[in-house]
Amino acid sequence: MAFRFADPFEALLDLQRGLDATLLSDWFGSRTTGSGSFPPINAFRKGDDFVLIAEIPGIDKSTLDIEVKHDQVRIRGEKMVPRSDELSVHRRERIAGRFDRVLSVPMGIDSDGVKAEYRDGVLSLYLPLAERHKPKSISIE
Amino acid sequence: MNPYELQVQKKKELEAKQERTKAGRYYVPNTDIYESSAAILVTVEMPGVRKENVDIKLDKDVLTITGNVDFSQYEGLEPVYTEYNVGNYTRSFTLSSAIDRNRISAKVEDGVLSVELPKVKEATSRRIEVR
Repeated sequence: MAFRFADPFEALLDLQRGLDATLLSDWFGSRTTGSGSFPPINAFRKGDDFVLIAEIPGIDKSTLDIEVKHDQVRIRGEKMVPRSDELSVHRRERIAGRFDRVLSVPMGIDSDGVKAEYRDGVLSLYLPLAERHKPKSISIE
Repeated sequence: MNPYELQVQKKKELEAKQERTKAGRYYVPNTDIYESSAAILVTVEMPGVRKENVDIKLDKDVLTITGNVDFSQYEGLEPVYTEYNVGNYTRSFTLSSAIDRNRISAKVEDGVLSVELPKVKEATSRRIEVR
């Protein structure tokens, strides 16, 4: 036969393999040493580099502590919500407390090139790919 | 569980009464409301909203706060892993006391909007005489 029809079971198997791959990969897996899940983080790819964005409204920038080691990023801090006992409360939804979160990214980070920015309550971390992880083109002699 | 440990607050999407013509999701921002004898203080968490994109409206007794997120930061970024959705914020409150519209003040700091709504002088102290 010159051609084959696409096998529906093959397609299902592909899907199964895809799902397994996401489950088995250690993308920001549960193996982090940090304790919490705050702040929620969105991760983006920008070329070779990574960008992590987290919403932490109303935090004092100086209390934010960011560490980068190999492929791990640790974000620590304390979110404070000023309260006054003299005022009567109608609604209290904002929460305060300490947080400590570690997550791993699937690449080596060039820790010297990491840039952090906190603006309008949003923390952005720019994580450049480590030089030794970059693909090298090899010339043929 | 450590009581001091911050927990993630899930964003609540707005259940709109009317449809919007503008694309994008709207979320209900976390809000604290306090009242002193002179004013009502409203504090709203709107991360990602710049000062110039905040809109505060007081129509009769209804205070409406809207914050539009600047999405330009996300240009050229390819999402690989997401834990929260990004969207605009809006929320309305019906105020219980008369507000002096001319003295309303608001400020935005690190994604937190604080609005001070001073009460009308007559409303601050109201003594009812019994005849």
